[in-house]
Amino acid sequence: MSADNSTRGFTVLKPGILSLITDLGRFGHHRIGLTSGGPVDPTAFRWANRLLGNDENASLLEASIGGLSLEAQLDTAIVVTGATVALKINGLDAEMWRCHAIKAGDKIDLGFASEGCRSYLAVAGGFKVDAEFGSSTTVVRESIGGLNGDKLSAGDLLPCDAHASHPLSVLPEESRPTYAKEINLKVIPGYQQHYFSRFQQRQFFSSEYEVSDRCDRMGYRLTGAEIKPSVDGILSEGICLGAIQVPADGQPIVLLNDRQTIGGYPKIGSMVSLDVARLGQCMPGAKINFEPVTIDHAHNDLCLAESYFQRTNVVSL
Amino acid sequence: MNIHVAGENALIIYFGEKTEPKISAQVQQAVDLLSLTLKHHLIDLVPSYASLLVVFNPLLCDHLAVRKMIREALQAISLENDRLSEGKVIELPVYYSLESGPDLAIISERTGLSVDDIIAIHQQGEYLVYAIGFAPGFAYLGEVDERIASPRLATPRMKVPRGAVGIADRQTAVYPAVSPGGWNLIGLCPERMFNPDAEPTMPVQVGDRVKFKAVSREQFLALGGTLEGEIA
Repeated sequence: MSADNSTRGFTVLKPGILSLITDLGRFGHHRIGLTSGGPVDPTAFRWANRLLGNDENASLLEASIGGLSLEAQLDTAIVVTGATVALKINGLDAEMWRCHAIKAGDKIDLGFASEGCRSYLAVAGGFKVDAEFGSSTTVVRESIGGLNGDKLSAGDLLPCDAHASHPLSVLPEESRPTYAKEINLKVIPGYQQHYFSRFQQRQFFSSEYEVSDRCDRMGYRLTGAEIKPSVDGILSEGICLGAIQVPADGQPIVLLNDRQTIGGYPKIGSMVSLDVARLGQCMPGAKINFEPVTIDHAHNDLCLAESYFQRTNVVSL
Repeated sequence: MNIHVAGENALIIYFGEKTEPKISAQVQQAVDLLSLTLKHHLIDLVPSYASLLVVFNPLLCDHLAVRKMIREALQAISLENDRLSEGKVIELPVYYSLESGPDLAIISERTGLSVDDIIAIHQQGEYLVYAIGFAPGFAYLGEVDERIASPRLATPRMKVPRGAVGIADRQTAVYPAVSPGGWNLIGLCPERMFNPDAEPTMPVQVGDRVKFKAVSREQFLALGGTLEGEIA
């Protein structure tokens, strides 16, 4: 995005490991091969916007693993949610899940994630980034969205409006999500079960897997008991969020937000979205177990989680 | 037609099990019908060779309701439609050569065909756009003549240039952007297959047909093609 001299906002001092501008995602463009993108942890994303009273699709930053450093050029308010990082404002400790008033010249630092992997930094009113194909979400692999389709770099300007004396709120501690390193994840067994023998299916649901180093916003490759499908490939078809592909090496790959839209590996099932978000908060080395559920169970969980989000009150400061 | 649960927010409809123009035409009809009927319940559609993934909003309706809507909407699908003749035919220029298509030599060696024969056979086909995916604007075209069908490279290239024309098994495609890739490269196309700033962003859509036409090195460069950087 080209910014003229009058554009103001936040300057990126240090971009961290992988910091991206994102809204809730890009939908309706799978037909030309564009993936959906969006926040890996939509719940933490939505809390950030809600705490600031923003539009629920307002653009904010997803910082993976942390290390992000910004300087404000105007008066506004921010909040940081998601993975636990040491948040500092002008070198002083500041609480996550709580809005903070910011003055021009203030420096905001996110340390490295100690629990979870992805933190969300929102600003009052959201960052003002042009939508591409209906969304600001950055998909680096496609060079689309964000600032010129790329992750943040030092010196970037993140445009936003000034909001002096913006209303501030906090999410009470007991309502905040926690991020564990050993988790059970729910999977809807797939319609391609017939490519996997009964033994292979039991093996998958009874073994512990580990998140490997090869994990990113596109997919999480797991290591553990080998699952051998009876075929190497199938006629390429659409892939949904959470689909679990098993390539010839027998090591499952869970597909996340930046997945390719079609693919030809057999799938043993599909992880429910709430658990895709929990997996996406894991770093390499995390321990995973799978639990089979029906789609009806998954819908029930999703509706309960939505109701919980809607009914949990934030506290005004 | 079979409908299965693909995930928490997705159903997949199978129209067949093969790469076949008639099945592809049914997938296209279903895309049109479901775009109209599912309305706000619909989040996205992913058509492919013989299937259609329907992504819905599970906070608005459950899979049973969506399944019912799909069944009702697709009653209107015609098995004997002439949709195939509706797609447009696009001619894409290609600079075929050992310089721009380093795998022509490998295909020639494996098949016993001369490089000129391979180039001629590739141009004879009129290819249907079966699916778009893998990367923005990557159109899967089929099917190439069995004589020049070629398995994917054992070791994919780290960097395939934009415009590279490749063959994998009986599929052919033009790489829309620089990317890694394992297809056998036989030439370069100067036309951009995906341009986010253009309208439309892609010269082809699923259901269209593509013909390739050989151009000389000079014509390729005049059409805006570039030969910068080696194909590593």
